[in-house]
Amino acid sequence: MLERIRRTRSGEYSVRLPREERELLRGLPGQLRALLTLGDATGDPALRRLFPPAYEGEPERAEEFDRMVRGDLLEQRLSAIDTMERTIDADRLSEDELTAWLSSINDLRLVLGTRLHVSEETTARDIAPGEENARAFALYGYLSYLEEEVVAALSRTL
Amino acid sequence: MARTAPVEVDRPRGDEDVRPDVPWVVVVWNDPVNLMSYVVYVFQKLFGYSREKATRLMLDVHHKGKAAVSHGTKEKCELDVARLHAHGLWATMRKDR
Repeated sequence: MLERIRRTRSGEYSVRLPREERELLRGLPGQLRALLTLGDATGDPALRRLFPPAYEGEPERAEEFDRMVRGDLLEQRLSAIDTMERTIDADRLSEDELTAWLSSINDLRLVLGTRLHVSEETTARDIAPGEENARAFALYGYLSYLEEEVVAALSRTL
Repeated sequence: MARTAPVEVDRPRGDEDVRPDVPWVVVVWNDPVNLMSYVVYVFQKLFGYSREKATRLMLDVHHKGKAAVSHGTKEKCELDVARLHAHGLWATMRKDR
């Protein structure tokens, strides 16, 4: 398969994505930002998945931990979103920039996977009918393939 | 965990990761969304583990439902949990038994 995300000799990453994929990706960082900044922090399962409890079966300790770290975690996520948004048309990304893409792509997959109730064996047939779900599942699948490519490229230097 | 491509498995070593001299342990739980390759990448990047060790831990998470991925003081484990959460992994910590 054509390597669309490839580490170059200079240590940067070349990103070769068709225009329609860029257009698909373009609006996603903003949607993720809106969820993170305007969403219902305790009522939305997708947000709970992004900030899971640090202690199993100890809600008070988990809440204390959450108060301690949530600000930092949120800031990191918003910073990655800003970077992906700013570089969405770039043909070359630094390692930090591609790592920011990976962060936002993975967060988007977690949000979509939670909303779609994805399980280990989920296929398109398991998704409840409806145009919106079908589109969300297609996007989830696309982001999965893109993430595989990003992880493969970034893993070469580990 | 999800996979979109066959995972390459290095031969696992038999050594155990349990160190009873340290009081806290960080556990990563299986989830159906995170990609196997991504979980290996995160374990390598955050903990400096070899690809072999990171893959073995990922497969433990996948097949057994969870795996202990790091140990240490309460403060170290809190930091590790926060870093894992920042990467979207479902991690908890507890006092080692």
